[in-house]
Amino acid sequence: MSATAERTPRLSAGTRRRLVHGGLITVTFAYVGVLVVAPLIGIAVAALKPGLSAWRTVFDDPFARHAYVLTGYITAEALLVTTVMGVVVSLVLSRDRFPGKAVVSALVDLPLAVSPVVVGLAAVLLFGLGGWFEPWFAARDIQILFAVPSMVLVTIFISIPFVIREVAPLLQELGAEEEQAARTLGASQLQTFFRITLPNIRWGLLYGIALSTARAIGEVGAVLIVSGTIAGQTETSTLYILRAFDEGQDTSGYVVALTLAMVSIVMLFGIEFFRRRQDKGHSA
Amino acid sequence: MSSSGLDVAQIAPGPTSPGPGRARARLRPAWGRLGLRGLALLYLGLMVVLPLSAVVTKGFGGGIASLQDAFSQLGARQALILTIEMAALVAVINAVFGTITAYVLTRYRFAGRNVIATVVDIPFAIPTLVTGVMLVALYGPNSPVGGFLARHGVHIIFAKLGILVALLFVTLPLVVRTVQPVMQELDRGEEEAAQVLGARRWRTFRQVMLPHLRAGIVAGSLLAFARALGEFGAVVIVSGNIANKTLTAPVLIAQLISGFKDPRAAAAIGTILFGLAFVLVLIVERLVGHKELREHAA
Amino acid sequence: MSEGIVVQGLWKRFGSFDAVKDVGFEAEDGKITALLGPSGSGKSTVLRMIAGLERPDAGRIWVGGEEQTGKSVQERRFGFVFQHYALFRHMTVSRNVAFGLSVRKESKAVQRSRVNELLELVGLAPFASRYPDQLSGGQRQRVALARALAPQPRLLLLDEPFGALDARVRQELRRWLDDLHRELGVTSLLVTHDQDEALELANEVVVMHQGRVEQIGTADEVYNRPVTAFVAGFVGATNIVNGHVSGGRLRLADGEPTDAGHLSEGEKAQAYVRSHDVRLTSAAENGAVSATVERITNMGWTSKIHLRLADGQVLLAQLPNEEVDWIRPGAQVFAGLRDPKVFSAASAEDAAKDSRPAEVSDAVVVPSREATPQAP
Repeated sequence: MSATAERTPRLSAGTRRRLVHGGLITVTFAYVGVLVVAPLIGIAVAALKPGLSAWRTVFDDPFARHAYVLTGYITAEALLVTTVMGVVVSLVLSRDRFPGKAVVSALVDLPLAVSPVVVGLAAVLLFGLGGWFEPWFAARDIQILFAVPSMVLVTIFISIPFVIREVAPLLQELGAEEEQAARTLGASQLQTFFRITLPNIRWGLLYGIALSTARAIGEVGAVLIVSGTIAGQTETSTLYILRAFDEGQDTSGYVVALTLAMVSIVMLFGIEFFRRRQDKGHSA
Repeated sequence: MSSSGLDVAQIAPGPTSPGPGRARARLRPAWGRLGLRGLALLYLGLMVVLPLSAVVTKGFGGGIASLQDAFSQLGARQALILTIEMAALVAVINAVFGTITAYVLTRYRFAGRNVIATVVDIPFAIPTLVTGVMLVALYGPNSPVGGFLARHGVHIIFAKLGILVALLFVTLPLVVRTVQPVMQELDRGEEEAAQVLGARRWRTFRQVMLPHLRAGIVAGSLLAFARALGEFGAVVIVSGNIANKTLTAPVLIAQLISGFKDPRAAAAIGTILFGLAFVLVLIVERLVGHKELREHAA
Repeated sequence: MSEGIVVQGLWKRFGSFDAVKDVGFEAEDGKITALLGPSGSGKSTVLRMIAGLERPDAGRIWVGGEEQTGKSVQERRFGFVFQHYALFRHMTVSRNVAFGLSVRKESKAVQRSRVNELLELVGLAPFASRYPDQLSGGQRQRVALARALAPQPRLLLLDEPFGALDARVRQELRRWLDDLHRELGVTSLLVTHDQDEALELANEVVVMHQGRVEQIGTADEVYNRPVTAFVAGFVGATNIVNGHVSGGRLRLADGEPTDAGHLSEGEKAQAYVRSHDVRLTSAAENGAVSATVERITNMGWTSKIHLRLADGQVLLAQLPNEEVDWIRPGAQVFAGLRDPKVFSAASAEDAAKDSRPAEVSDAVVVPSREATPQAP
């Protein structure tokens, strides 16, 4: 730059920088605000406007209560499987050596990209009339489709990636040395896992579990297809909302939707908390 | 963990070996490790490979011809086109805004930064159906905002715009959370060198940061695209599912499957959706995903 | 059978790469033995096989007369110290040190007293409740040692224990380990690429290169009586220069500085000579070669003198200042070689086939007297 400025810029560099700075931040706030925050406010208003009596009506409805319980049950079962198996797969992905690991990694990510209706479709093709496994289960009088088991299965499918995507890279980063040290000091594989590995992946694991849970609670496409939506039997909270709107019971729909939203926000705080703890890393 | 599972190698010791004749290592089978590997593969095989192969088998069951057949009926083609259109639009829009958000979150300090970070994660936590409900609550004909917009000819609910907004909501965190870590890992040294040489923010961004970020942004957009392709819950309430106008492929599949109306057509459309998703995942893996997992220590 | 370590015929292959080829040696009970070699020589792999962290493809291992080859890591009960400490990051120093004891289900009282004993020994008693990330590198390694020693192992294995530490800390810990070993007398096997460390600490040195054992001997033997070209070139700061055998002597550039009767006439040969074994004179004596002084660097009480021979090869001499203050940059001198090791060039490894000057690293560098025009 020449020492003598021939033209005086309209704005000094500092001001321009601050304008861009401010501009970008404003755009971000605006976009995120309109896209995410506004609808949250919308539903809060819609659900609270009719007043507390609407809430009592909903909670007195046995179908609603059943829906909540069913959501909880399915989520818990799915969570158990995806957490335990998630840790297993993570260990294998990060520590074991074999050809085709990239394929395994892609398989883990697939549920993120597959439409939940395709998942439901798959379940129907496997367990429905004429399905691959239908005869086996029918012979033993076990109901998979249009019953809770299939709902659990599809929920497991869609929650597979979350724990693994958090824990596997974490294990990779941590390295195997602490485990090796534990073994030289006499610890068995199991002891090493519980006393060394698990504490080290604690926060990442909880983060993955929180994400899994939020996803499982919110599942609708797949369970819609496999459940048959039998109110009081195979209707989860999300299916309840769907039916409410279908039948013109908008308010009930809003109320249950708001409760789910609130539960998710709580989960979200958990998620953020665990994520921050994980980023900080380390002790206690 | 210990060595590869080689069979006992009977490598004859060389001439300098002091010991008597051939020495052999007793190999204890590594049950623990093999068992774990088998368990992991069984789990993924049963839970992921099996169901998806069922879909593809059924979808391709009658050959390509039947695919095209199912395809051309029932407004399936319109549904697929609409779905792909919307998904592409959403991927592009969120690529831009998601990157801006990621940039602002990683490079600036300002009041409310943590709030934005948390808010960006909300769509990850909220059930998709609830998203649709929220949008109806906010923009539906009965709400003040919705009424206002309708009077000015802007229809969100039961229109394509609603689908767009719903998908933007749902996919925003995907882009941000894919781009943000990449941005954070960038070597500030390069940016500072550029600034010292006189480059301003936009040029620094375009010429120094963007080349490194490209892979991450594309990956995030592809994930957003794949997600948007398959989205059901957020769309089903907002769009009104008007055939040939606001009916998306996932909703169509659900309609075809319930009551066993036409499982084969459903499978055909599902296969197409799945095929697209599969290819996208592969590309994303290549670009950004799990590089760490593919590098093993020697 | 000796009471120490006996290793026989070890082989290890990773994929298509042979990391360890037919390695055998003995380590005496109660002494420190060093496995010395450049990176990639396979020394860490050998150590890990002894520890049980890797399984040999062939070969056997005995410790104290008992065969270890089939035993698991846990069964062997050896202490192991890692280069990057491998402390348990979420446990305090005391819990780290106590770990081996707690796995063995020792009572809390025993654990506590042993932990105190060891922390006193390593001088870290005040840090008992700290976490690893609150300690410096040197402190962490001392904790790692305490942890390895807590269960009273009969063998201590150290994998480049000071490799991750900076020079000064390394020196301190080296001395400290020496004292510790004198006090405890645990049989120890130390892997290192730092020859100073090996020569200073070890009673016996096993020099390794590309998966094989090059030489086994005391520090003195390995330093002064190398049996292979590699050992001669690796241990100590060594110049390597090329020449050929002529009339029973080594013909190097324009001189014949040393005897080479053990090789055949006309054969290409290399001389390995330490930088402090180069003798500089103003006149030719005993077949010394002529050399031009290119640069002199003052290193405190010695000087490094870079010499170029008549045929272009480079030689580095490092001598006390008093002996070389008569030399100026640009001068012509004669270089004699004291106690060089002459090997046939064919026996040298690829890397050493070209001549190279000694690489000496020293901390103190004083501005050099370059060959610039001198002000009168």
